[in-house]
Amino acid sequence: MSTETKRPVSQKPKDKPAAARNNGADGTEKAQPKEFEGTTPEQRRELLHSMLLQRRFEERCAEAYALGKIGGFCHLYIGQEAISTGVMSMIRPDDYVITAYRDHGQALARGVSPRAVMAELFGRETGCSGGKGGSMHLFDSKTNFLGGHGIVGGHVPIAAGVGFAIKYRRGNQVCVCFFGEAAVNIGAFHEALNLASLWDLPVIFIIENNRYGMGTAISRSTANEDVVIRAKGYRMDGETVDGQDVFAVREVMTRAIERARKEKRPTLIEMKTYRFMGHSMSDAVSGTYRTKDELEENMKRDPIIVLHNKMYEAGELTEGEMRKIDDEAKAIAQDAWDFADASPEPPLEKLYTDVYSDTTS
Amino acid sequence: MAVLTYRDALTQALREELQRDDRVFLMGEEVAQYNGAYKVSKGLLDEFGPMRIVDTPITELGFAGVGVGAAMVGLRPIVEFMTWNFALLALDEVVNAAAKTFYMSGGQFKMPMVFRGPNGAALQLAAQHSQAWESWLAHIPGLKVLTPGTPADAKGLLKSAIRDDNPVVFLEGEMLYNTKGEVPEGEHIVPIGVAELKREGDHCSVITHGKMVLVAMRVADDLAKEGINIDVVDLRTVRPIDVEAISRSVQKTNRAVVLEEGWEICGMGSQVVDFIQRECFDDLDAPVLRVHQEDVPMPYAKNLERAAKPDAGKTIAAIKKVMYLD
Repeated sequence: MSTETKRPVSQKPKDKPAAARNNGADGTEKAQPKEFEGTTPEQRRELLHSMLLQRRFEERCAEAYALGKIGGFCHLYIGQEAISTGVMSMIRPDDYVITAYRDHGQALARGVSPRAVMAELFGRETGCSGGKGGSMHLFDSKTNFLGGHGIVGGHVPIAAGVGFAIKYRRGNQVCVCFFGEAAVNIGAFHEALNLASLWDLPVIFIIENNRYGMGTAISRSTANEDVVIRAKGYRMDGETVDGQDVFAVREVMTRAIERARKEKRPTLIEMKTYRFMGHSMSDAVSGTYRTKDELEENMKRDPIIVLHNKMYEAGELTEGEMRKIDDEAKAIAQDAWDFADASPEPPLEKLYTDVYSDTTS
Repeated sequence: MAVLTYRDALTQALREELQRDDRVFLMGEEVAQYNGAYKVSKGLLDEFGPMRIVDTPITELGFAGVGVGAAMVGLRPIVEFMTWNFALLALDEVVNAAAKTFYMSGGQFKMPMVFRGPNGAALQLAAQHSQAWESWLAHIPGLKVLTPGTPADAKGLLKSAIRDDNPVVFLEGEMLYNTKGEVPEGEHIVPIGVAELKREGDHCSVITHGKMVLVAMRVADDLAKEGINIDVVDLRTVRPIDVEAISRSVQKTNRAVVLEEGWEICGMGSQVVDFIQRECFDDLDAPVLRVHQEDVPMPYAKNLERAAKPDAGKTIAAIKKVMYLD
C-alpha cells in the first residue's frame, strides 16, 4: 500500500521559467515577500524540508501500520506540519517541548532522530523510548522532548510544572505545550492555565485546532468555538493564527517567546489547522463525521503547498530543487524504516527494567 | 531521645530535607501562610520563603501535574494533598504520569517526588472524607507507598521518600498527628520496603500498617494480660511489601490476623493473605482472618461510625478465633 500520491506536494504551480527567480536570467531582482523577513533562503528550504520529512515519514507509518509493523493507536500528523515546524524553528535546544499523542511530527521537527522514532513505532529496542512507549509516548531527553502523553489534557499541568521549574531555577527557557482543541473542555487545561498565569510561568500553550476531537466537530463539543477567548478568563495573552502558514506560526511564536523569556508570562495560541487523515489509523479519512468535499476543500490549503508556492513565486525554488528536497525526505523515511526493521525487539529482561529507578539523592 | 508528636516528626523531616537539598520544595493548599491545614508545615514559609513553600489554589489535578513536570526536569517536589480524599481529582497525574513516565520513556525521565497527606478516617467526617486509599495506590507499579504508624517512622520514612528518585505516596493519619513517641534527632532514616516487628509474641501474628499499628499495640497489651502474646508486624511500606518479615512471623506463630483501615474487597489485606498462603501454606494452623472497615461508606452518626471501623475489639475477636479460643 502506498499513500504517497494522495498528497500532491509538488503538483502545482507548474514550473515557471528561470527568469522568475531572484537574480534571474535577466538580472532583475524580485521584491522579497514581507513574511520572508527573518529567514534566509537556506532556512526557508530547511522549513520545507522539515515539513516534507514529517509528511513522507507519516506516509510510511500508514504503510507500516497496514503491514502490521506498527500496532496500537497511531495518530498521524499529516496536514498540520506547519505548526510543528514553525514552532520548533523558533525555540532553542535548551527549551522544553511536551505534547499529546499525535506526536510523530513534533518529535521529528524537534530533531529527534527519525530512526529512533520509527524504531519506537515498530516496538524495537533502538526506539526513542526503548520500545516501551510506542506511537503515543515518544520521549527524548537529548532534545528536551518530554513526551508523548496519551490522556487528553493530562500533560497540560505538567507543562506548567516545567515552567515552574524554569522559574524556580531563574532560567530563561520556555516550555511549549501542544494539545488539540478538544482538550480545552477538560479540567486539566483550565487548572494549568490558571496556575501558569497566577504564577507567571514561561509556558506557551498551543491549541492545534484541527476542528475535530476524534469524530466530534468543535461545533458539537464547545459552547464557544472561539477557543482562544479562554485566555481572557485567566488574564493571559491569547492569539489566533493560521496554522497552515509556517510564517504566520513563526511570527506569533516570536511574540509568545519574547513574552515568556522577558516578561515570564504564558501565552495561549490557537493555531487553526486541519488533519488530512483520520483521527487514528482505525478511523476513516472522511464519510462518517466529515464529508469528502470538506476534506478536499481543506487539502487545498496543504501547509507544504502553501510554503512551496510562496517560495516558488518568489523565485527561489525550482521544481527540480523541490523534488530534491522531497527525495531527501523520502530517503530519510526509508532509512528510518530500514533501521527500525533491522533493529532487534527489546530483550525480555527489559520487561522489568525502568519500573523504578535505583538511585537516591 | 526526644519525644515528639507525629506532626512534629514530619515537620522535622521536611525541614531537614529542605535544608539538605535546594531542589526540594513543598506545594499544596494552605501549606505556606496558613502553616498547613494540619500544621505539618508550620514555620517552613518563614524559613524557606515562598518559592520553596508554595501555596496553591484548590486545584489538585493542576498542582499534582505541576509537581510531575517539575520532577521531570530535575526538581524534587513534595506535593501535599490536604487529604487523600481530594487526591482522587489528581489521580491521572499520580497514576498515568508520575508512576509511568520512567517506564514509558525507557528510563529517560525519573520522577523524584512525594505525594503526601492524611489518609483514612478521622472522626465523624462522613463518607467523602473518611477513606483509606492505600490498596488503590499500592496497585500501581511505579509508585512506592509508605504508611508510617509512629512518629519515628514518620520522620525516617519521609526522609527516605524525599531522597528517593521514584514517585512516593506517603500516607499520614489525621488521628495520628497528635500521637507521641521517641524520635531520633538528625539523620534518622527508615529504609523503604522494610517492615518492623513492633511487638514480639508466639501465639499469633497481627500484620498491619499505618494508623492500625496503634490499635494492634493496644490489642497486644490487652491480650498480654490474658497470657496471649502476639507478634505485631508493622509493614510500614505497602509497596514494596516486606514478604520476608511476614513469613518469618507467621512461620513462628502459625496463625495470622491481617488488620487494615480500608475496605475488605481488594484491600491490602487480600494481598498479605495471598503472600501468606504462598509462603507459609504448611505453617498455618488456622485460616488467616482479616479485620477491616465494614463494607459500607463511612456513616456520620457516632455509633454507626464506631461500628463501621476496625478496632481493638474486632481484632481481639479475630485473634481468639484463629487460636480456637472462642
